[in-house]
Amino acid sequence: MDFLIFKAPMLMVQASLDGILLGILFALIAYGMALQWGVMNIINIAQGDLVILGGYIAYTMYLVGIHPAWGVIVSPIIMYFVGVLLYKLVINKVVDRDLFISILATFGIAIVFQQLMNFIFGADVVVAQSEYGTTMLFDNSVTLPNSKIFSAFISVLYAVALVVYMKKSRLGRAIRATAQNARAAKILGVDTEKVYAATFGINAALCGIAGALISITLTLHPYVGLPYTVRSFMIVIVAGLGNLPAVALSGMGLGLFEEFADYILGTEFRIGAVFMLLVFILVYRRFKLSKKREYLK
Amino acid sequence: MSNIKQKDLILYSGLIILGLAAPYLFSAFKVQLTYLCVLIVLAMTWNLQGGEMGYNTFGNILFYGLGMYLTASVQVGMFFPLAEWTESGGEKTFVHSTAQYFQGIGVGLLVSAIIPAIVAGAIGYAILGLRGHYFAICTLGLGIAAGEIAGGIEIIGAGQGFTTPPFPAEIVDTEARGKFFYFLSFALLIGTFIFVKYIYGSRFKLILNAIRDNEDKAEAMGIQTMKYKITGWMCSAFFCGLAGGIMGGLIGYIDSTDVAFDGREMGVFMVLMAILGGKGTLWGPVIGATLFHFFKEGLWTLILGWQYVALGVLIVVIVIYFPEGLMGWLREKYPERFGEVIDEKDRKAQVELK
Repeated sequence: MDFLIFKAPMLMVQASLDGILLGILFALIAYGMALQWGVMNIINIAQGDLVILGGYIAYTMYLVGIHPAWGVIVSPIIMYFVGVLLYKLVINKVVDRDLFISILATFGIAIVFQQLMNFIFGADVVVAQSEYGTTMLFDNSVTLPNSKIFSAFISVLYAVALVVYMKKSRLGRAIRATAQNARAAKILGVDTEKVYAATFGINAALCGIAGALISITLTLHPYVGLPYTVRSFMIVIVAGLGNLPAVALSGMGLGLFEEFADYILGTEFRIGAVFMLLVFILVYRRFKLSKKREYLK
Repeated sequence: MSNIKQKDLILYSGLIILGLAAPYLFSAFKVQLTYLCVLIVLAMTWNLQGGEMGYNTFGNILFYGLGMYLTASVQVGMFFPLAEWTESGGEKTFVHSTAQYFQGIGVGLLVSAIIPAIVAGAIGYAILGLRGHYFAICTLGLGIAAGEIAGGIEIIGAGQGFTTPPFPAEIVDTEARGKFFYFLSFALLIGTFIFVKYIYGSRFKLILNAIRDNEDKAEAMGIQTMKYKITGWMCSAFFCGLAGGIMGGLIGYIDSTDVAFDGREMGVFMVLMAILGGKGTLWGPVIGATLFHFFKEGLWTLILGWQYVALGVLIVVIVIYFPEGLMGWLREKYPERFGEVIDEKDRKAQVELK
């Protein structure tokens, strides 16, 4: 086996650092996924498309002439309202129903989003230039774009802010109460309808932040949303709902896996490797549980 | 009882005559009719999974794409080196004679039916242990992974795509190609219908229903659920593979993610058609697929460019407002027609409870 990565230790360092920084970003999206799954019991296939939409908001700012990094503030605000609107239109009808219905309904939303983004922003691969430069490490053998460091930093900042918000604020406590027992929360005077709308809005806002960061670190294209959905789904099933350190860790693990798969299998199999990993994780969990005669719930 | 049988006989013979006459009556729409047959087959086989067994799969596209690639590969590989064919864009350098073409497609279809069924059996034990939405997401991942991986394999054309052998030029009749694929798909449709109808009258269907309604209880009753789940999936894979093989020949060009493992179109269509017509009924998927095809072909050209938006909205509307589909709605409305006896007292009691 003559893989380049095993010959050059510096490439390993490069891939690891890239993977960890990327993984933090994935963890942010996965946190939104876990939030809505835990609170509303829906699986949102359109998650990745919300991310891409958030990215295009930052890209539009870049086109207008504003620095795209401001997108991490503007994009979540716009996306919050997109999320609430989406909740009022569609999502409120799939809460409390069979999970497959939410999967299919959000699949429909995803298709609509993809096509609309294709109309508005065109089918080209775009990237917003942040012009942050790169950091050189270890005698210039490892290059790290500053935009990636920036994006990881912002992700951590927002994640910490959200955790504090969920712990301390009134709405945060209402959301947690609804997640534990929606009926009891309702009896005790929580307006669950509002809580659901806010949860979905917060999730969309998280996607907006992640999208804005992706617009400066990676690339945007109307049809690349689904891999982000699958990544966040994968992180959530590995980490469990509502376990933030585990979400961060498995996010980084996924980032590492992807970077190494990229080097070892080649870039053309990168997305395929992500989807195969999903299948393997599910099958592994299934065999592990079936020893106890249980199954994934 | 014999009265109903006679009615059925008239219905079926009428439909078969209509099917046989269709390419002559609507000779401009032969390709559309072929599509319709394939769509009905896909919807019916999806229904075995999603409707009868309760395992909502997005992964039947895997077998469809596999069948498509296998048929074309066998058809080429039997007579010419496959790698050179795909590299040079195929049909320019090598030409199939008439006999070679039909031999190739015959063997190819046979392979494309058997291999997907074997694949389904091989992965079935691992995948079918998942339940509910985990199964749905896992099969979704499987379908897309297959597309991505096929797009990286050189010998079947990688990202450039794979040109299937063109219809032999020695046959002068310009209508022959359309008729050939139409009758092939029509034969497949009849075969699938007879098979599914046979299943509907068998114990196997009841077992699948038991798995859908409560798998744990079914297991407790002594049914080896895994065995039946795998068998059901293999049946679906068999027909999906054949449908894919026919479509590959008809389209004439295979792309990994846009034609073969086309989860965004075909993969969603088959779910949607079955739900539109009504899951868990014999005629539901047939009606659903027909309606959907007419809707698609009628509207697609009117709203050019907006078709995916319309498709997405259609999915949302159907899933949220008509999850039981057309047959489910009819059943609610006219339960007597479906052989359900309703006790008037019972109905009143239920209304009062509400």
